[in-house]
Amino acid sequence: MSSLSTPTEPSRWSRVWNSNIGYSFRRNPVAIVSLMIFLLIAIMSIFAPLIAPFDPYDLGQIDIMNSEYPPLWVDGSDAQFILGTDDQGRDLWSTILYGTRLSLLIGICAVVLQAFLGISIGLIAGYVGGRTDSLLMRLADIQLSFSTLMVAIIFLAVTQAMFGSETFNQYAIYFLIAVIGVAEWPQYARTVRATVLAEKKKEYVDSARVLGFGPGRIMVRHILPNSLSPIFVISTVQVANAIISEASLSFLGLGMPPSQPSLGSLISSGFDYIFSGSWWITAIPGIVLVVLVLVINLLGDWLRDALNPKLYKG
Amino acid sequence: MFAYLVKRVFQAIAVMFVISLIGFAIQDNLGDPLRELVGQSVSEEVRQELRDELGLNDSFLTQYLRFAGNALQGDLGTSYFFKEPALDVILKKLPATMELVLGATIIIIGLSIPVGVYTAIYPNTILSRVVMGVSIIGISIPVFLTAILMIFVFSVEYGWFPSYGRGEIVHVFGPWETNFATVDGWMHILLPSVALASIMLPLFVRLIRAEMMEVLQSEYVKYAKAKGIRPWRIYFVHALKNTLLPVITVGGVQIGTMVAYTILTETVFQWPGMGFMFLEAVNRVDTPLIVAYLIVVGFIFVVTNTIVDLIYGLVNPTVNLARMGA
Repeated sequence: MSSLSTPTEPSRWSRVWNSNIGYSFRRNPVAIVSLMIFLLIAIMSIFAPLIAPFDPYDLGQIDIMNSEYPPLWVDGSDAQFILGTDDQGRDLWSTILYGTRLSLLIGICAVVLQAFLGISIGLIAGYVGGRTDSLLMRLADIQLSFSTLMVAIIFLAVTQAMFGSETFNQYAIYFLIAVIGVAEWPQYARTVRATVLAEKKKEYVDSARVLGFGPGRIMVRHILPNSLSPIFVISTVQVANAIISEASLSFLGLGMPPSQPSLGSLISSGFDYIFSGSWWITAIPGIVLVVLVLVINLLGDWLRDALNPKLYKG
Repeated sequence: MFAYLVKRVFQAIAVMFVISLIGFAIQDNLGDPLRELVGQSVSEEVRQELRDELGLNDSFLTQYLRFAGNALQGDLGTSYFFKEPALDVILKKLPATMELVLGATIIIIGLSIPVGVYTAIYPNTILSRVVMGVSIIGISIPVFLTAILMIFVFSVEYGWFPSYGRGEIVHVFGPWETNFATVDGWMHILLPSVALASIMLPLFVRLIRAEMMEVLQSEYVKYAKAKGIRPWRIYFVHALKNTLLPVITVGGVQIGTMVAYTILTETVFQWPGMGFMFLEAVNRVDTPLIVAYLIVVGFIFVVTNTIVDLIYGLVNPTVNLARMGA
């Protein structure tokens, strides 16, 4: 009846822009800068094959004679290599682009796996309740009491010893995603369960049940959309953590192999040369890693303040 | 309380059982003990005889029971490389790791409580803002990168501190040799401890700050202020007590996490502890040592978590023991 007076439906973008979150984003310079830096890093790493002057996986382009050239602003550099070269003679700039791409890919895929497992388990535990709930939460407590890094180190170490490093290196990326993904599911499960417990007492859930919808539909279509804000907040922090875990594991030689380096394995290969003065092989990927993780953490901080969800504590 | 204790201990035993199963599965599938014993040059017949003699042809259950029985008596097999009982090898390395964890813990407790309390009381001062800014940077730097940075600055550039090893250590008793008795020992342990502490410190500062700010809003603190109790007494006696409750739970879990991070710091500083030994054992495919490490570390995790849960149940009378024990 009011169709005459309503202007055209605002686009999705302007709805987001004018919402509370959009407002708090525009008022927060730290969040704006963080998002810009993150997008810049993400876009550059996605288009790494187009941007990078060399292909670090192409053995034909690597010459050992080019190894350990310093970056342009240091004496004794080669104009071909903006950020210098690593111990194998790869262009550091190209290798970092490809490495960031791997680190981001592993981090995001691992968090998607965590979210899938954690949200499913959390929904089931919260909705079904009773013995299922206490058993699943007990498992979550136990899983949480073992640090992810410890579980990952032991799992990857045994896998590596069992398959031999040749096969391991080939599938390292899948092992990393699987182990970081599986080890951290309780973070999601506990938070989702807590919101499900609060939501399921509400009347809209009762009415959905009276309408005859099955539990699966109620969980996914009705309860889940109302627990999204804590999930978003956890996800940002978890991506940052996953990237750090991946870097740590690769640094220990339990992750990406030197022939296909992520940021962590690049830092690791540079560490051997730090005493001989080739600081850039370690320092430049290190800075990229810290900046990447830092902006994700800053975005997570902002998101937590903006959405102000009740996160599971303790 | 007693029922809770029994349930908690029962759970700990169940978890240790699962860990021992995993350990046994690794032992069973990783490497060939016969090759380690006799090498390649023995005929197939002798091999089969030896397999029977060693019980390698027994059923999975019999073999597991033998493994678990030996483990309960402290026999976790013999290291292929060191030719010594695996447990002895680990116990020799344990003090080095524990001293590193101790050093980091002292730094964390000594700094996080005053800093956390200060930033909670004066959240808007410049110093507090700087601390919070630094803490989020601290969280974002992986522990191995902090360690490398410190080596580069303090060892390579300035040469103030040694970059590897334990330095001069003094024998105390049994396998325990300490770093804390000589100046050289202190110099060696300082950088690794700071590196190890660097990852946890920001977490604890933020946690203490958040909890303290919540406590400072509560009625009883307002009442204490109205009553005219001196501010430092309110902050450090009345408020801090309730702040530390959640810190204990998180702290207990983090002790376990620190054991994991020691692997990273030990690798960077070539600290002769358990973590360094574990990575070497992995490279040598020294199965008994890998399994022994898994069981010892699993044991440390289970024991610290159980103790922390029990302490939490004791100091916090409001915790619902029946629910926690369910």
